[in-house]
Amino acid sequence: MRIDEHPVLTFTRGKKVTFYFDGKKIEGYEGEPIAAALHAAGVKVLRHSHKKNRPRGFYCAIGNCSSCLMVVDGVPNVRVCVEKLREGMQVETQKGRGDLIVED
Amino acid sequence: MLKTDIAIIGAGPAGLNAAISAAAMGAKVLLLDRDDRAGGQLIKQTHKFFGSRELHASLRGIDIASLLLARVREFDNIDFRLGATVLGYYEDGVITAEYRGNFLKIKADRYVIATGASEKILPFPNNDLPGVYGAGAVQTLTNVYGVLPGKRVIMVGSGNIGLIVSYQLLQAGVQVAGIVEAAPGIGGYLVHAAKIRRAGVPIYTSHTIKEAYGDSSVQGAVIWQLDEKWQPLNGTEKDIEADVICIAVGLTPLTELLWQAGCQMKYVPQLGGHVNLRDENLMTSVPGIYVAGDVSGVEEASAAMLEGKLAGLAAAKSLGYSIENYDELWQQAISQLDGLRSGPAGEKIRSGLKMLVR
Repeated sequence: MRIDEHPVLTFTRGKKVTFYFDGKKIEGYEGEPIAAALHAAGVKVLRHSHKKNRPRGFYCAIGNCSSCLMVVDGVPNVRVCVEKLREGMQVETQKGRGDLIVED
Repeated sequence: MLKTDIAIIGAGPAGLNAAISAAAMGAKVLLLDRDDRAGGQLIKQTHKFFGSRELHASLRGIDIASLLLARVREFDNIDFRLGATVLGYYEDGVITAEYRGNFLKIKADRYVIATGASEKILPFPNNDLPGVYGAGAVQTLTNVYGVLPGKRVIMVGSGNIGLIVSYQLLQAGVQVAGIVEAAPGIGGYLVHAAKIRRAGVPIYTSHTIKEAYGDSSVQGAVIWQLDEKWQPLNGTEKDIEADVICIAVGLTPLTELLWQAGCQMKYVPQLGGHVNLRDENLMTSVPGIYVAGDVSGVEEASAAMLEGKLAGLAAAKSLGYSIENYDELWQQAISQLDGLRSGPAGEKIRSGLKMLVR
């Protein structure tokens, strides 16, 4: 849920963009952290832990705690609490540690 | 290799002030921050500051950040780079940083480490469930991006952060189911607590979380009472429904660079964990490395600003730069810090700092 009216703050948001969460189309604002856009769309589970497969969400929101790692445009372990949203991004729930990218 | 007189790592309240003080004396300053906004945690603080006019009293944190940034921008001798994550400190006194896809090597004659602190977690079953968020994270989501963390929040911790964030959540239209505090009394200023109580939010002192529950994210928590020895009392369990558990149990300093540089460290729980020894100029045991703000002991933003001033002044002076009223500025910052740390509220900080002055 987004805040539209606030007694102290006004929010200046970037332009509206669409991106994909596990293949599903979602809207967000350009330049906000991916985690904020996902949260506004009701998505709280961002990855599953590598040993016990437990759901994980975000925790610190400053790129410090590694709770919010997701696969973004094929790259694993992206800290979505600080990574900025762009049009057309493919964001996926990460399972475990993620796979290394092998370049030919 | 990028060369400069003073490299300052972190552009929060401490780093910004260090940059301004050092630059005003003529030093060439490189100011780095991993975020893409200046101000550190000030950018999420919507409450008005207390204290004196010199300490920006009655201004909101967000406005103090803008004010400091504007001052930094006035100096041609400050090279300010946002989006620059410092990666390491090497034995030849070089630091490296990732800056917008580039790898930077930096050699400064002096360093001011002002990297701040990060949120602590509390151990309880299911504390890893999505919906268990740090208080700073909740503030960021709500106050910086305008996204609500959930509908109903259990706040853990009644220090100033717990109280202020609870109030900010109420302002944003979120229900606060209650504040859970392990200590027998409220930790923060009573002026903040009174606002919360007037809004009808219960504060459960001598209580802690027994466990959180929920399928894939938080649906509630069971809290229970603690006796005078901090042991939980069976039969006192209360079930509280909520979709967010906000953890406001304090911060711990982000000291990685200090450890890498070999600064002498000491465990001081009053200051949030391991922190460095320092002299009266905030220089660590490694000559040329200074600290300011939460990295050297978790306090309030006002103290961070003053420490920034001190470290900036002292680092510039040690390189031979001068300013006419140096002694006056230095003494003023020292007395203001003493003022902030005076009285019963400052007792914890004072006892912690006593263990660290070289």
